[in-house]
Amino acid sequence: MATRVVVDPITRIEGHLRVEAMLDGGNKIQDAMSSGTMWRGIEVILQGRDPRDAWAFCERICGVCTTVHALASVRCVENSLGMQVPKNADLIRNIMFLTQMVQDHVIHFYHLHALDWVDVVSALKADPAATATLAQKVSPHWPLATEGYFRDIAGTLKKFVDSGQLGIFQNAYWGHPAYKLPPEANLMAVAHYLEALKWQKEIIKIHTVFGGKNPHPNYLVGGMASAIALQSDNAINMERLNMVSGLIDGALDIVENLYIPDLLAVASFYPEWTTYGGGLGNYMVYGDLPQNGIGDVSKFRIPRGAILNKNLNEVLPVDPADPAQVQEEIAHSWYQYPNGKTSLHPWDGVTEAKYTGPKPPYKQLDENGAYSWLKAPRWKGNAMEVGPLARMLVGFASGRTEFKEVVTAALGKLKVGPAALFSTLGRTAARGLETQLAVHWLRDEYNNLIANLKAGDTATADTRFWSPDTWKPESKGFGFTEAPRGALCHWIQIKDKKIANYQIVVPSTWNASPKDGKGQHGAYEAALIGTPMADPKRPVEILRTIHSFDPCLACASHVIGPDGEILAEVVVR
Amino acid sequence: MALPSQSTYDLLRELGVDRRTFIEYFVKLTATMGLGAAVAPQVIAALETKPRLPVIWLHGLECTCCSESFIRSSHPIAQDIVLNMISLDYDDTLQAAAGEQVEEIRRKVMKDYKGQYLLAVEGNASTKDDGVYCTVGGDSFLNILKETAADAKAIVAWGSCASHGCVQNARPNPTGAEPVKKLISGKAIVNVPGCPPIAEVMTGVLAYILTFDQLPELDRVGRPKMFYGQRIHDKCYRRPFFDAGQFVESWDDEGAKKGWCLYKMGCRGPTTYNSCSTFKWNNGVSFPIGSGHGCIGCSEENFWDNGPFYERLTNIPVPGIDSTPDTVGKTLTVLTGIGIGAHMVSQAVQRRKVAADADNDAPKGEKE
Repeated sequence: MATRVVVDPITRIEGHLRVEAMLDGGNKIQDAMSSGTMWRGIEVILQGRDPRDAWAFCERICGVCTTVHALASVRCVENSLGMQVPKNADLIRNIMFLTQMVQDHVIHFYHLHALDWVDVVSALKADPAATATLAQKVSPHWPLATEGYFRDIAGTLKKFVDSGQLGIFQNAYWGHPAYKLPPEANLMAVAHYLEALKWQKEIIKIHTVFGGKNPHPNYLVGGMASAIALQSDNAINMERLNMVSGLIDGALDIVENLYIPDLLAVASFYPEWTTYGGGLGNYMVYGDLPQNGIGDVSKFRIPRGAILNKNLNEVLPVDPADPAQVQEEIAHSWYQYPNGKTSLHPWDGVTEAKYTGPKPPYKQLDENGAYSWLKAPRWKGNAMEVGPLARMLVGFASGRTEFKEVVTAALGKLKVGPAALFSTLGRTAARGLETQLAVHWLRDEYNNLIANLKAGDTATADTRFWSPDTWKPESKGFGFTEAPRGALCHWIQIKDKKIANYQIVVPSTWNASPKDGKGQHGAYEAALIGTPMADPKRPVEILRTIHSFDPCLACASHVIGPDGEILAEVVVR
Repeated sequence: MALPSQSTYDLLRELGVDRRTFIEYFVKLTATMGLGAAVAPQVIAALETKPRLPVIWLHGLECTCCSESFIRSSHPIAQDIVLNMISLDYDDTLQAAAGEQVEEIRRKVMKDYKGQYLLAVEGNASTKDDGVYCTVGGDSFLNILKETAADAKAIVAWGSCASHGCVQNARPNPTGAEPVKKLISGKAIVNVPGCPPIAEVMTGVLAYILTFDQLPELDRVGRPKMFYGQRIHDKCYRRPFFDAGQFVESWDDEGAKKGWCLYKMGCRGPTTYNSCSTFKWNNGVSFPIGSGHGCIGCSEENFWDNGPFYERLTNIPVPGIDSTPDTVGKTLTVLTGIGIGAHMVSQAVQRRKVAADADNDAPKGEKE
C-alpha cells in the first residue's frame, strides 16, 4: 500500500514550499508533488508605476538572492527604452552579480544544505586531534586546523547541547541512518558552518560599496548610481576599490580552501547520491556576464543554451525574446485561462486565480487536481531544470575550456564519470564548481574595471533617456540574468510613461513547477521519484534532493486584480 | 516549566569566555545602543543573571531580507546571538528539522514557555480568502500568527512587512496583506521597520530586550526611539551640501562625483526616520546616499506608494507646512538660514503627523 509523506514547511529554503511524496511498499518514492504555498502579487502592484522604480519593487521579490531581480529589471527597462549602459556599469554589475553568486552559494552549502549531510550531534564524539589531522589533509592551506581550535569548537558545541536549549538544531534527524560522515568530519563541518557564517557578512560589503547596503542594494536604470571619481573622497575611489579588492581575496581563500575541499570531502562519503535525484535531464540557461554589452550573447562568460535528454553532444539555441519558446501551463495550478486555453507565453500573460485547494487547515492536496500557486513554465513543451547544474552542463557541452577543466578535475577527484552529474550530488557539486569559476571571474572583472579606469573611462550612467519625455509612447522589452538558482527573465510593456504590464518567470518556477497538461512533472518532482527512504517519518532524503536545487519560493505565482480583472502574471524565484 | 536557569554569562563562562572579554564586548554593545559607558555595568550585571530567552521566528508573506540582514550583524555576530544569547527554537529559514518535526517544536515552545517566549515576525499575513495566499504546514499564516501571538511575552515585528505592510501591501494590495499591528491586539509590539532593517539595529533591539528585560522605549508608532528617533537627513554627511544649495542634478554629473546632496534626485532622507546615516550598513561601510543613490524611505509607512522614487519630495504633500520641500530647496541657495528654519518646522510637523497617525492606527494595548 502506498504511503504519503508530507513535508511542510520545507525548511532551510527561501519562502514557503510543501512536498507530498507517495511511497511504494519498499519505501521508494513513486510519485511526488511540489506545491508553492504563497503568492504576493508584485507584478500587479507594478502596474501603472514609473518603470524606473520597477527594480526596487522587483528586488523585494527575494532577499536571499537580493540583487538579481533588480538587475533583470533594470536590463528589462533599458532594453525597452533603448538605453546602452556604460562599460563601467556592466563591470560593476558583473562584480555585484558574482559577489552575490559566491556569497549565496557558500551560504547555501553551509547553512541551508550541510545539515542534510552533517550530523551535528555525532560531532560531539569527535577527537579534536584526529579532526585536526583530517582538516589539514582535506585543506592544507586553511590555517584554522589545529587540535586546540577543534577542541574549542567541540567545547562550544558540547556546552550548547548540555544547556538543554538546542534552538534551531532541536528535533532534527540526528542519528538517522542516512548520515554517513565520521564524527571528525562532522566536527570539521560544524566548525566551518560557523566560519562561513562569519565570512558571508564580509564579502557582501562589495554590494555596500557600490549599492549602499545589503540586502537590497541600489540599482539604477541607465547605469549605476555610484559615481567614479579617483580624485574625490566622496565617490568610488582608490580606498573603495581597495576594499573591494581585499574582499575578493578573502572570497578566493574561502572558496578554494574551505568550500571546495569540504564539498569534495563530504561528497566522497555519499557515492550513492550520484545515482538518485537526476530528474528531468533537460537543462536551460539564458546566460550572463556580458563582456561586450548585454546585446552580444556570444561574449557572455556564462553561455546560453539548452540540453535535452542529457545529450551533452548538442546545445540548442534559446531566445527569451521569442514568444514561441516559453509557455506557461496551468493544468495543476490554482488558475484558469480564458477561452479554454491551456498554455500562454508571458507576453500574453493572462491569469485568473482560481483556488480549488482545501480550506486551511488541511492535511493533504490532490495530485489529480490543482495543487500549487506556481504555474508550469515549459520550453518548447519540455519541462526544464535551471540553475548551477544547467549552467555547468551547458558550459561543458559548449566546449568552454574553463568549464571543462573544473568539471573534469572534480570528477577525477571523486573517481566518477560524467553521468554522476545527473544526480542530487551532481547538482550540489555543480554549485560548488560554479562558485570556483565565479570567484576567479570576480577577480577578472575587478581587474577589467581597473583597466577601464586606467584607460580614462569613468562614466557610470547613460542619462540620455532618463527623462520620460524622451520615451516613445509605447515600448516593450525584456531583461534576463542567471540568478544563483537559474534562468530569470522579466518582460515589460511601457505605455504613456507608465508600466502597462510586467511579468516575471523565475528559476524556482521552472524547478518547483507542478505537472503540466501532459502530466510531465516539474524538476523537483521528477528528481524525487525513485529515491529510497530509510525512515519515511524522518524525511532526510527528500530534503537532500529538494535542497540540492536551493529553492527560493518568495514570490510564487500569478496575479489577478482586486475584482478578478485579468492584469498580469507572476512567478516564483 | 520555568526558563532555564543558565544565564548568558554562565554559558559564555562555560564556553571559555573570560570576564574581561565579556565586559569589553558588552561595553561595545552598549555603545552601539547609544547608551554610553555609564550604562555598561548595568548591562553586564543583567547578562550575568538572565536566562536565554526562547524565540519563535515566523515567516509570512516576505522575501527573507530581514533574516539575511540579521546574519550580517557585526556586533554582536549572528553566531553569538543564536548560540549564546537567545534560544532560537523555531525559524524555518535556519531550522535543521522540517515538516511535522518543526511544527511540533513550535507547539511545544508555546506550551512549555507560555507567556515567556518572544515572537519575532518576518513578513505579514494575507487576510483575503481565508488566508490561502500564504500557508505553512497546511494552515494559513494568519491563523499561525494569531495562535503563536496569543501566549507570547512580546512581539518583535521585523522589517517593513511586519511593521507597515511593505511591498505586498502596496496599492492595490492583491492578497490583503496586513502588518502585525493590524492583526494582533493586546500585545506589546516592537516595530523595527526598514527593508530590511539595519543588521545592528535588529541585534541591538534583541540585545536590549535581553539585557534590560524590558522593551526599548518606543515612539508613537511603536519604533524604538534609540534607532528611529532622527531623520536620515538630520545626520547625513551630505547635509552641508544641501544647506549650501549644492545638488546632484543628473546621474554621474560633477555633483555626483563630488558627493553632493541627492535631494533633487528624489532622496527621501528628509522624511525618513532611521539610523542609516549614523550606523551605516554592513558594519559601517556605506549607506544608500553614501554610494550615490538617494534614500527611498524604506522604513517609512507606505513608502512604496509615495513614489515615484526619483521625483523630488516637492510632489509629496507635507501636511501643515506652507512651503513644500521644493520651494525650500529653491530658496536655499540664497537663504540657507531660512531653509534650515523651514526644515525644523517641517520636522516638527512631521512628528505631529506621525503622532496623529499613530493615534488613529494604534491597536489597543500597544505601548507608547
